[in-house]
Amino acid sequence: MSALVGALQAASSSWTAAGWSTGTLVPLPVMVPLSAAGLTLTLWRRPRLQRVVSVTALAVVVAVSVALLFVTDDGPVVVHVGGWAAPVGIDLVADRLSALMLTVSSVVLLLVLLYSLAQGNDDSDDPTEHAPVSIYHPTYLVLAAGVGNAFLAGDLFNLYVGFEILLAASYVLLTLGGTGARIRAGSIYVVVGLLSSVVFLIAIALAYAATGTVNMAQLAERLPEIDPTVRLAIQLLLLLAFGIKAAMFPVSAWLPDSYPTAPAPVTAVFAGLLTKVGVYAILRTQTLLFPPDERVDDALMWVALLTMVVGILGAVAQDDIKRLLSFTLVSHIGYMLFGIALATSSGAAAAIFYVVHHITVQTTLFLVVGLVERRGGSTSLDRLGGLAKLAPGLAILFFVPAMNLGGIPPLSGFLGKVGLLEEGARQGTALAYVLVVGSVVTSLLTLYAVVKAWNKAFWQEAPSSVPTDTTLPRGMVAPTAALVVLGLGLTAIAGPLYGYAERAAGALRDGSYVQAVLPPGGADTPSQRAATTGEDDG
Amino acid sequence: MSGAQHAVEMTPNAVLVLAIGVLVATGVYLMLERSLTRVLIGFILLGNGVNLLLLVAGGAAGGAPIVGETPVGKMSDPLVQALILTAIVITLGLTAFILAMAYRSWQLHGHDEVQDDVEDRRIARLAARNEPSFEDADAEESGETLDDTAATVRDETDEEAAE
Repeated sequence: MSALVGALQAASSSWTAAGWSTGTLVPLPVMVPLSAAGLTLTLWRRPRLQRVVSVTALAVVVAVSVALLFVTDDGPVVVHVGGWAAPVGIDLVADRLSALMLTVSSVVLLLVLLYSLAQGNDDSDDPTEHAPVSIYHPTYLVLAAGVGNAFLAGDLFNLYVGFEILLAASYVLLTLGGTGARIRAGSIYVVVGLLSSVVFLIAIALAYAATGTVNMAQLAERLPEIDPTVRLAIQLLLLLAFGIKAAMFPVSAWLPDSYPTAPAPVTAVFAGLLTKVGVYAILRTQTLLFPPDERVDDALMWVALLTMVVGILGAVAQDDIKRLLSFTLVSHIGYMLFGIALATSSGAAAAIFYVVHHITVQTTLFLVVGLVERRGGSTSLDRLGGLAKLAPGLAILFFVPAMNLGGIPPLSGFLGKVGLLEEGARQGTALAYVLVVGSVVTSLLTLYAVVKAWNKAFWQEAPSSVPTDTTLPRGMVAPTAALVVLGLGLTAIAGPLYGYAERAAGALRDGSYVQAVLPPGGADTPSQRAATTGEDDG
Repeated sequence: MSGAQHAVEMTPNAVLVLAIGVLVATGVYLMLERSLTRVLIGFILLGNGVNLLLLVAGGAAGGAPIVGETPVGKMSDPLVQALILTAIVITLGLTAFILAMAYRSWQLHGHDEVQDDVEDRRIARLAARNEPSFEDADAEESGETLDDTAATVRDETDEEAAE
């Protein structure tokens, strides 16, 4: 106990001595949206002010994340929330991987928010659509805080709390308005979400029973020393819990059924972010906590293959664009799992690059489909047509990210896939080659699926039901166009970005994370500082 | 700190283990039901089972974990209690949400059954008519899209009741 008191004193003295430091930035991606959520809730009578608060909060998060991107390139930044040092207190850890994920997700969150502001709640004849205007902003901000918390958590239980925050917010967003279709989809989504959380909690209990800690850095030190069978059980339970959230194959059926019923911006943000938080958690826990295990990697390879192939076959069979895109989302999770299963630094780097690409492009496509729905009055490919003539600008907005998803060079989807295929071929095992073939087939089928959507929605003759006089609000087109440009920009900065992903992947297994959280000898490095502000401000 | 305590006593109480088993088994059984209220009760039982599991993970019970009151070696592990408290609060919030959803479902449909996937129903219908599934025959015939189907979809238990 005296050690505790000592740690507390050391922490509080460094607080006064260090003054402002980079550590101040780390809690902000959680604190700012959470405080803003509370503020917008009290402002429910004043929608205009609500909008200003939400946009400002997310813009601040974007700025903080970009700053963290540069700061963390020199090494992980650790904050001991509440002033309790590492193994005792709760840590927030920002390393390159967290900062990169935070940056992409916050940019996407901001642009989707702008899109939904312009969409307003008056685009539908359904009166229930008007109801949730006052809770949309707080819930959306809570979702942003949950995503931030999951990326920054340095503690398994805090990761669980981050997941719960974002899942609870997503339950509300998915069932906005409480229409019949959304309640039907919501029941399945919520029950699946609850189950995955229970599995995660069981894994935490087992890990704690086996090692006596839930701090990830300490787990990384202790897990290699315990009974390998127990370790395997914990590893597979965590993989299952995050796999459900990431929609990997045997447990992915909930996704294409639930996502398409939500409003377009909500689907877009779910598709971009929620599954990727699961992928992030898999990448983080598998590389940090567990020593390489061939059995798990091989199993993950098969799972990745099945996710890719089964997902894309589902997409090919669809005739509704939203459902088609939901299936491609499942399918492309397989690429990221492939990168993780390769269990090398280059494999992880390719997976990280692919995550960044996929967050951007999948969100863009769902936003474009929102525009298509508004312009063409439907998302069913049998009812759409002639949009290339009626709305050429919209056609370009769809075509570019669609080709990007299909992996046409020189777009970022192609670069990510090449990285994965190269590393698969370098590994050279039979299983790796099976995965390489599977990736190529999936890529071609993705191209087939999006070209089919293009042909039917944009090129086939316009059915009489398509309205010819609707115009699209500029406020919705601008954020979509910005995301399309961002997707193209990923190609332009692919070199530095891939370099960053490689450095992020290289740091995953080199022990720098553990060293930053638990410095040898317990010395306080300048980057460590007690943030007595904590999270209670929200 | 907790690690040191851990080494002291790690044989779990048999009654607690049995209680965890029963709670988790009944919880899983109820979650397989179609009625949302039963799923909810299942979730609550399952959640409590896992809370007990966390308690067992903290090792044997001891004195109050307050410095000066109990010697350090004989303290209960306070961390698991904090974890359980957090888990209970989260479970409570989600329980309220599911109850609201079950009520809304009852308002809309007069029951709270979790309904079939739209896709499943469509394939079942096509199979019943012995038609290929690669064309959306429904949409061509009746102009009914998946969205329309989703809006009107009913549960198979209704049909059974009607027969």
